[in-house]
Amino acid sequence: MEKFDKVHGVAAPMPLINIDTDMIIPKVHLKTIKRSGLGVVLFDEMRYHQHGGENEDFVLNKPAYRQTEILVAGDNFGCGSSREHAPWAIKDFGIKVVISTSFADIFFNNCFKNGILPIVVEEAHHAILMEDAHKGENARMTVHLEDQQITTSDGVVIEFSVDPHRKHCLLNGLDDIGLTMEKDHHIDKFEDHASQARPWV
Amino acid sequence: MSPKTLYDKIWDDHVAHEADDGTCLLYIDRHLVHEVTSPQAFEGLRMAGRPVRAPEKTIAVPDHNVPTTADRVNGIENPESRIQVEALDKNAKDFGIHYYPVNDVRQGIVHIVGPEQGWTLPGMTVVCGDSHTATHGAFGALAHGIGTSEVEHVLATQTLIQKKSKNMKVEITGKLQPGVTAKDITLAVIGETGTAGGTGYVIEYCGEAIRDLSMEGRMTVCNMAIEGGARAGLIAPDETTYEYVKGRPHAPKGAQWEAALTWWKTLFTDDDAHFDKVITLRGEDIAPVVTWGTSPEDVLPITATVPNPEDFEGGKVDAARRSIEYMGLEAGQKLSDVEIDTVFIGSCTNGRIEDLRAAAEILKGKKVKDGMRAMVVPGSGLVRAQAEEEGLAEIFKDAGFEWRLAGCSMCLAMNPDQLQPGERCAATSNRNFEGRQGRGGRTHLLSPAMAAAAAITGRLTDVRELM
Repeated sequence: MEKFDKVHGVAAPMPLINIDTDMIIPKVHLKTIKRSGLGVVLFDEMRYHQHGGENEDFVLNKPAYRQTEILVAGDNFGCGSSREHAPWAIKDFGIKVVISTSFADIFFNNCFKNGILPIVVEEAHHAILMEDAHKGENARMTVHLEDQQITTSDGVVIEFSVDPHRKHCLLNGLDDIGLTMEKDHHIDKFEDHASQARPWV
Repeated sequence: MSPKTLYDKIWDDHVAHEADDGTCLLYIDRHLVHEVTSPQAFEGLRMAGRPVRAPEKTIAVPDHNVPTTADRVNGIENPESRIQVEALDKNAKDFGIHYYPVNDVRQGIVHIVGPEQGWTLPGMTVVCGDSHTATHGAFGALAHGIGTSEVEHVLATQTLIQKKSKNMKVEITGKLQPGVTAKDITLAVIGETGTAGGTGYVIEYCGEAIRDLSMEGRMTVCNMAIEGGARAGLIAPDETTYEYVKGRPHAPKGAQWEAALTWWKTLFTDDDAHFDKVITLRGEDIAPVVTWGTSPEDVLPITATVPNPEDFEGGKVDAARRSIEYMGLEAGQKLSDVEIDTVFIGSCTNGRIEDLRAAAEILKGKKVKDGMRAMVVPGSGLVRAQAEEEGLAEIFKDAGFEWRLAGCSMCLAMNPDQLQPGERCAATSNRNFEGRQGRGGRTHLLSPAMAAAAAITGRLTDVRELM
């Protein structure tokens, strides 16, 4: 996985609450057996008209937001289906950070596995960031993972928290499976014990 | 020793390693796999030259993509769907995992097949690359959905990297009124907590109304824990659980059964164990409900009217406005006046035998309204066979329902079973999101009995009027 350090880029506002993973990527695009190339169908049904052509009212279709790297979204972002196609599409589009007041659990986990940083902020800070995102392409926001700080285009600094293990993995581009396999002896030991204690499993 | 919740007990029994910061390696007893969220995970294993660590604990079945028409025995027409199912066929064979192929009578929705075959047992940890894995919590198993990277992680290591969630208790006291079912309970709870109310929690459902439910009903309740945002939903095992599990193909037998039973009987929340959040509903207060909007939290009794967006607060005002417009409804409109054109009975929420019985009970001797498209998609080949044996299939067919083969079908509309733009469906499934059952399609979630009532009248209907 590629290392995550700092993002300095355009932030797009999506204030709608409860944006579910069906909205992020509808099921017609889940028939792939690959992880790549899904950016073009990110937010498909909001982004394109039913019979083709872009919906010019949709935020990511506006000239100012075509290069969006940071999404400032409404509460409970990523609810619904566990489909990892949602973060794959977000990443493939070029978005590296999603900021909201809360995320659905599975989506939140999936982001970290794909080098995306989901940031939970309190409502007052969310309002500041949402306002900043509305300013368009000249108003670039900076997200610094090492320092755990977001800096708005006006220089307002907002601190955020992140799980230390996940931060470490993102900063160093570490693969979870490789890390877990280093603990193989613990898993072996657990299996030995469990096969005695609960042999029917 | 301090008192523990059921979740605490199962969690503690499965921690293979705990780091100083509380990050744990949680050992996984059962890994269920389907065709949509697994191909990239198997590909990852191949690229790294890794085997499946515990193939004997890994069970695969195709369900999301499979057609539900009888001609599927001749193969899957849609090339992309066919490739995904064929990839699962190959992955199951190459990696040596248990497999129920599409034309096996035991094939069905992964969350129906697991319990049916006795793979799901009390006190286990169960995961699947599907959010509705919460279903298995009905057995007192810690069960939750994971993403594809985590599917690969479990395949390779039989563990997940996890931090513990908080404990939440949802108690449903007393008895349910006639016409009120497990589906109404679980929707009513989400209506109360909201779709993010459970975020960060594992829910334990308890109380007399939950104890009175069959295993089928308990699975319906736990299935939708995820729609309330919870990582998992749990119900402590009891005699109803043991009775269901006993004799299933992969359930323990003989001395093993006795040993298992002794351990299962320790799986309950201790007196005075701490819950971080508690919700209590009176069973008597729960009415047959339907959803009006595009979030499972948009729940109201069938006797209510479509709400006014201005009556909500914060971000919900705009969300409700958008929902009502998408759904083609008017604030103040009676829900029982909403006309529908499609009825879907099935899904991992309501595709079990008891669900089909409840719908057939209402449909017996009646016809679906003219012009209505109505389909029943049993949750597994075995549910379908049992329904045929009990004469339920005849009732559905006589009433004018299509009688399909098993699969996820119109719950997520990945196969050919889809709504057209503007079509309105009374569905026993679990999500009413925009476009969920087909782009532009409109979904009202309800119980199987309520779906049957809607099929007869052609509008959302209080099932109690037909009882």
